[in-house]
Amino acid sequence: MEVANPDVPRWEHFAHDADMGVRGVGSTLAEAFEQGALAMTALITDLAAVAARDRVTIECSAPDQELLFAEWLNNIVYEMAVRHMIFGRFVVTLDGTQLGADIWGEHIDVQRHHPAVEVKGATYTALRVAQEASHWVAQTVVDI
Amino acid sequence: MDIALFNRRSDHAWEIVPRGAMRVPAVIYASEPLIRAMDQKVYEQAVNVASLPGIVNASYAMPDAHWGYGFPIGGVAAFDPDAGGVVSAGGVGFDISCGVRCLHTGLTRPDILAVQEQLADKLFHRIPAGIGSTGLIRLDAQEMEAMLDGGAQWAVHAGWGVAEDLEHIEERGRMPHAQPGNVSQHAKNRQRDEMGTLGSGNHYLEVQEVTAVYDATIAAAFGLDVGDIVVMIHCGSRGLGHQIGTEFLKEMVVSAADHGIHLPDRELACAPIDSDVGQRYLGAMRAAINCALANRQILTHLVREVFADLLPKAHLPLLYDVSHNTCKLEEHRIDGEVRRLYVHRKGATRAFGPGHPDIPESLRPFGQPVLIGGSMSAGSYVLAGTAESAALAFSSACHGAGRAMSRHQATRTWKGRQLVDELAARGILIRSPSMRGVAEEAPDAYKDVSAVVDAADAAGLARKVARTKPLICVKG
Repeated sequence: MEVANPDVPRWEHFAHDADMGVRGVGSTLAEAFEQGALAMTALITDLAAVAARDRVTIECSAPDQELLFAEWLNNIVYEMAVRHMIFGRFVVTLDGTQLGADIWGEHIDVQRHHPAVEVKGATYTALRVAQEASHWVAQTVVDI
Repeated sequence: MDIALFNRRSDHAWEIVPRGAMRVPAVIYASEPLIRAMDQKVYEQAVNVASLPGIVNASYAMPDAHWGYGFPIGGVAAFDPDAGGVVSAGGVGFDISCGVRCLHTGLTRPDILAVQEQLADKLFHRIPAGIGSTGLIRLDAQEMEAMLDGGAQWAVHAGWGVAEDLEHIEERGRMPHAQPGNVSQHAKNRQRDEMGTLGSGNHYLEVQEVTAVYDATIAAAFGLDVGDIVVMIHCGSRGLGHQIGTEFLKEMVVSAADHGIHLPDRELACAPIDSDVGQRYLGAMRAAINCALANRQILTHLVREVFADLLPKAHLPLLYDVSHNTCKLEEHRIDGEVRRLYVHRKGATRAFGPGHPDIPESLRPFGQPVLIGGSMSAGSYVLAGTAESAALAFSSACHGAGRAMSRHQATRTWKGRQLVDELAARGILIRSPSMRGVAEEAPDAYKDVSAVVDAADAAGLARKVARTKPLICVKG
């Protein structure tokens, strides 16, 4: 019988020379993607400071799961940039390598969010999407 | 790295002899302490680049090299289109044409000290910096096309600067053969209100004092003397360049197999220069170079406005503007024959030697100015291109200090507010919208820029001319 992992879902950062790695861990692949997105927002600001006020919809696809994870993060980067928003809640639906998502956030407020960095894009460095025992891991380095 | 892995060509040149899939050697320029401290990933990445089709001479890494994306940051590689050569989006990087420009001011230290706090506040107020900041200009579709085609020439024509600036910018301010039509609507959307913004991360605008001169003749020709005040601006092509990098990285990864290219690392994503995707990327990447040149030109104008307001006697002509994330078609002499090569510089600065026709006439006898950014306290350097750099690394030099510590570790080690206070006590005023951002950019999170510059000088890549130290730093 599988024992529920108390550390799932979760997100974390990992070190890269000049930039930062984001890692999402979830009981499903979709949940790992959601956690990976939270990790990216947490690079920029304190997640607790982000209000899930306005919803944006994302749809994307890629030839494989790993490229899809990078594509997902890059779609969020794009929405952050053009809407001047920051997102703190992510709900992902996967159908093979087609991704649909609702993401919630608010207009960036420099006084309140003190954004530390601007994410330029998700790279393919240390890019990895894999199922490990009872959970999924999705990670990559983002360029900042 | 273990120096036993290398064949030592000279005191500052470390060669990896071709093996396996390598088509040419890899050569890292560094002092022994720098190479010992260098990340093993630089070795792997320099080796991988040496395996790409059409690479000429060698895969090079500069003294500040560190772990990049496919290519090492600090990597230089040239490809011959007639030998199946490739162009790589990762070999240019996400921040296309990120670079540094240096402005004279005609002022000296006492002028700044009299108004230092006010000047710092006014620059911080005037220069849009950090995430969420927007520029003063909104470009409509037609103006966007004109900007992407015209670069700094477009900006000057639009009133952001003077014609004399253009001579002192690589490509005279306009990268030819840009194809704005190859730039996606998404990339243009990201740039819509980001013209004239600094960005964040390691980007900055600094008011600096020249604290040392190493080559009096070249320094005099460059107009630099101890005590002089200069302004350095470090930023790139903003969201437009990032989006182009992102989109073509994916397209080149997906299409590599179709071109018969085996990628040892997906970040090495590349395409034959003469392929459809390769040509579309070159056109879009050149448009992004123009975007970066226009962006730094607009920022220059804003800086001039602030100085005119506060220090009316100041005059801020441009010393030079370099880009350190590019791929450019250049002529290089290989085994006595002139060949046209696509030279990738990822975190490396072009450093043409004396007499090169692309250097502004007044500076031509002395070599191209090479501007090296340091950290918030260590200062920056001005170097000059050398004749021997052509044979060493296609006329290239380092671009900065390189990180010694990850951002993660930096935020655990320092608090931004404390750093700001400590630097203020040392006479360096920091202005930033994010204290965490300041901590991530802590001076000690960077390698010793002096060691990097000394190695570049000793290796012959560029000659040390002058050093500067910041008095004011605006961080994004």
